[in-house]
Amino acid sequence: MKRFSALALLRAGLEGQKRWPRHWRDPDPRSHYDVIVIGGGGHGLATAYYLAKTHGVRSVAVLERAWIGGGNTGRNTTIVRSNYRQPQLQRLLEYSLKTWETLSDELNYNLMFSQRGAVFLGHSDADMGKLAERGDALRCAGIDAELMSREAVARLIPVLDMSPDARFPVFGGLIQKRGGTARHDAVAWGYARAADALGVDVIQNCEVTGFLMTGGRVTGVKTTRGEIGAGRVGICVAGSSGLVAGLAGLKLPIESHLLQAFVSEPIKPMLDTVVMSQSIHAYISQSDKGEMVVGGDPDHYPTYSQRGSPLRIEEVASQAIGLIPAMSRLRMLRCWAGTTDMSFDGSPIIGPTPVEGLYLNGGWCYGGFKATPGSGRLYAHLLATGNSHEIAVPFSLNRFERGATIDEAGAGPAPQAR
Amino acid sequence: MMLIACPHCGPRAHVEFAYERTMDAILPLDTTPEDAARILYQRENPRGFSDELWRHTHGCRAWLRLTRHTGTHEITAVVPWPAVGTGA
Repeated sequence: MKRFSALALLRAGLEGQKRWPRHWRDPDPRSHYDVIVIGGGGHGLATAYYLAKTHGVRSVAVLERAWIGGGNTGRNTTIVRSNYRQPQLQRLLEYSLKTWETLSDELNYNLMFSQRGAVFLGHSDADMGKLAERGDALRCAGIDAELMSREAVARLIPVLDMSPDARFPVFGGLIQKRGGTARHDAVAWGYARAADALGVDVIQNCEVTGFLMTGGRVTGVKTTRGEIGAGRVGICVAGSSGLVAGLAGLKLPIESHLLQAFVSEPIKPMLDTVVMSQSIHAYISQSDKGEMVVGGDPDHYPTYSQRGSPLRIEEVASQAIGLIPAMSRLRMLRCWAGTTDMSFDGSPIIGPTPVEGLYLNGGWCYGGFKATPGSGRLYAHLLATGNSHEIAVPFSLNRFERGATIDEAGAGPAPQAR
Repeated sequence: MMLIACPHCGPRAHVEFAYERTMDAILPLDTTPEDAARILYQRENPRGFSDELWRHTHGCRAWLRLTRHTGTHEITAVVPWPAVGTGA
């Protein structure tokens, strides 16, 4: 692997950028690996990297149906934060956020990780009560959170509508200053390059079509590029978890819904933090390219179409304009949708499945991107040792039948209620 | 965007309707805890045609059974639920 450095960039510039080598190989699948990770998104590639780096498991393949980072890794709104309310999620996402903070250096890849702050706005006394309670809980867990007055919010985000007749009056906010955004594609590329350098085979255009079973145990996978044996197989295909697990006869507590986002034309800097809300479902940031990035609620019915309904775009756009009236002048550049694994408590699943040798990482709902590094570390631990890391233990697949759900939204077992 | 042909009201915009759950996830009242966990939490989640329970929430408020494709959103049947006269 050719390392990136200021000197390497300068030299490449003088040479007309013509001599950069491939970032990762394009290997043919071998006949057997110690671990196969199905899914070449951020989570799968991170898992492979930590398997090789932390656990010394070098015989690893990542099988990707299409191209790496082409699913939800390339479709999210790139927000990174750990200010959740449920303690299990706080531990998981803080573990992830701490990894984000040094990740660009570790991977020698610029992830453009920008801790620009993530603000939840409060629009009523009730909102502020909830935000204060969440902030206290976060600080008790050692996670940064600061309650903000209306005036402090106005100073930090001058573009907000603070007029007396604002559609969404701002009473104050709760900020996590360590929150922010990262370049989503770079996460997949950075992990793929670093994993490849450690000997991991990143195999694209290789769809898993079935499992090889011996005596009830998974011993490999059938793919469009032939059969591949494996010691352990990890599913890591959030959005299609049910389809892949279904190849092994499993049914999961997951429905596939879709989540939409859109970006405006690029403009000069107008927003240097991430704006979210306790009451409404629009979250807004500005990309480094200058586009306003806006996301909203899921569409609330099962679909794999990756094609959202205009109803939701209208709703999210109206809320975004209600918060930041200046956005009404912007043209929408493009909109898209990703298929999300909606689990039945809104929290992810990382753990063994009832089929021996087969493991699951999925159910990330609409919050998977921020968890990418933590999820990779925890899943690598599981695939290397066969046991769940203590942070991942609460996220086991059997928590549903035990009634030990982790319900951040308090919405019960209905994905469309989140 | 879907156009859903309510058997009572005629073709109406998707915005009037709410998805409830797939038909195989409806809990009988006398179910055991084990069956309830299986029915609620072990889902087919198909990519293809699926039988689903919807409600015409902002219309006649009737419960409806839709047969709908989860990839193309094609709807091949919209019938009242429970089926009239069967009690089921």
